[in-house]
Amino acid sequence: MIPRSQIVLVSALAVAGLLAVLQPRLDDYFALIISNIGINVILAVSLNLINGYTGQFSLGHAGFMAVGAYSAAAITMFGAPKFAPALTQGAGVHVLFPLALVGGGLAAALAGVLVGAPSLRLKGDYLAIVTLGFGEIIRVIFRNVDSVGGALGLNGIPAYTNLFWVYAFAALTVYVVGSLVNSTYGRGFLAVHDDEIAAEAMGINTTRYKITAFVVGAFFAGVAGGLYGHSILTIAPTGFDFMRSIEIVVMVILGGMGNTTGVIIAAVLLTLLPEVLRMVSGVRVELPFAAPFNNLKWIADTRMIIYSLLVIVLMLARPQGLFNWTNRGATKPKI
Amino acid sequence: MTEFAQQLINGLSLGAIYALIALGYTMVYGVLRFINFAHSDVFMVGAFAGFYIGRGMPKESFATGFLALAGAMAVCALLGVTIERLAYRPLRNRSKLTVLITAIGVSLLLENLGQFIFGAAPKAFPTLFPVHTFKLAGLVIGSNQLVVLVVALALLGALQYIVLRTKIGTAMRAVSFNPQAASLVGINNDHIISFTFALGSALAAAGGILYSLNYQAIDPLMGVLPGLKAFVAAVLGGIGNIPGAALGGLLLGVVETFVNGSRFSTFTDAIAFAILIAILLFRPAGLLGKMQVEKV
Repeated sequence: MIPRSQIVLVSALAVAGLLAVLQPRLDDYFALIISNIGINVILAVSLNLINGYTGQFSLGHAGFMAVGAYSAAAITMFGAPKFAPALTQGAGVHVLFPLALVGGGLAAALAGVLVGAPSLRLKGDYLAIVTLGFGEIIRVIFRNVDSVGGALGLNGIPAYTNLFWVYAFAALTVYVVGSLVNSTYGRGFLAVHDDEIAAEAMGINTTRYKITAFVVGAFFAGVAGGLYGHSILTIAPTGFDFMRSIEIVVMVILGGMGNTTGVIIAAVLLTLLPEVLRMVSGVRVELPFAAPFNNLKWIADTRMIIYSLLVIVLMLARPQGLFNWTNRGATKPKI
Repeated sequence: MTEFAQQLINGLSLGAIYALIALGYTMVYGVLRFINFAHSDVFMVGAFAGFYIGRGMPKESFATGFLALAGAMAVCALLGVTIERLAYRPLRNRSKLTVLITAIGVSLLLENLGQFIFGAAPKAFPTLFPVHTFKLAGLVIGSNQLVVLVVALALLGALQYIVLRTKIGTAMRAVSFNPQAASLVGINNDHIISFTFALGSALAAAGGILYSLNYQAIDPLMGVLPGLKAFVAAVLGGIGNIPGAALGGLLLGVVETFVNGSRFSTFTDAIAFAILIAILLFRPAGLLGKMQVEKV
């Protein structure tokens, strides 16, 4: 009997292959949106391991993404031509790119250890601020390193990202996070989330679980960063700011913290939403009662206001998330 | 030596603004034990309130300046109370994470509403107070710097008086010490929390105006960075500790100004966070705070 998660992995990889075959027939614009959906799925599912399952509130995911994006780009742009020029041509690219992505992921994972370490002593609000500060520090550092373009950013990254790699890594992320959390070992993450003191009293090494969550989450954020960089071909420190982290956090909150399926749905919807609004904003409808609103552009303008209201209303009315049908993540009041 | 004194004055006037914002964080933390992420955007709303009031005035004078200051403080006090009533009070007994996410949501809402209503482009802040530059023994001191220092000191003094000498201040300290015991002796916790939000938000508004006087341009996202730095100042002094927040703010302002004047000036924005991480690792209770042991 093959475990269910492996069936899911294999079918997801098959979908990735299918998308790769279909890509030449797709419009560039749609291919880009589908690729962004996959990248956001990786980001949201990996953040869900830290924020959702383990209950450590991180606001620095864009920082990990930046480390991955810069490291992967450095490997394909500077490292490979110098040390392994054969890999930069022809079929060698198919070996180089996944290696570069993993390299970016490992660099981000190292950063994850650095951020995970203070998290051992900090909880909730403090951790949120420290991870946020860490993300800002990373941006300031990249802004000051001239060899990766400084404030202007890094240009001319080779266009290696395609739908196959995006969805193969998305499938891998979902598989790894899912297997980790549903294993005997992974019950520890949920225990840390539910009650850290009780978990510690039960003999769970909470330190190790928190670090593991940060390292695994950061690794996949780094991979997503690498995919992102090789897809838009130019990266700058401003692209990985606080608002980027917030976007990913909103996906996790909307989907329901600690619910991978919900988070995937939320990542897909929130990536599509701005595109749909952009299309809708050109449309005119005749509303007899509201003449100033005839042009639907106002919907696109108020998108971010609606986002933030959604977060507040969700926390007041349905803190377990929109797409969470189990009750995990719904937090009970503590006495 | 002159340069050192000059930088010190610049640093103190920046630090006084951080201190005013930090007080709001620390007071709310004192009574509710959570970080009000939206505080930095109340600071922004304060600056815009000052902008619209000041623009409606005929010409700059001390009366205009103080009127704009008082008006903006009133607007923000009301805003702070409203935010607490609508967003935070319904979550009083929920988990900290829920409240934290709500606070981030409120912060985003204010920023985006600000961009929608005021427009995203920066606006030139009116000169509310008469401007004059004093030259003294090689030092250059702008009148706005003096206004910042005087107003900040006066507000800190007023706050200290309210918290230590008045009945409502005593009640605030009681709620922050132990909410259950406070309600047992007849203190209405909800009233005290509302009052704390009003007080903190008014100080943030004052900070917003003083900040804008010195930087002269305002935009809806202007609160994010000063807000985060003021939070660092609050943690540096020991969160929940009012003199600590003032000390932390002044220290941070001075350190930042000196770094900005050195050859590491491009790292200025990272300094606050580096201080934060260091203080949390080595002295999590802050400079003036007391270490608290978690009870099970």
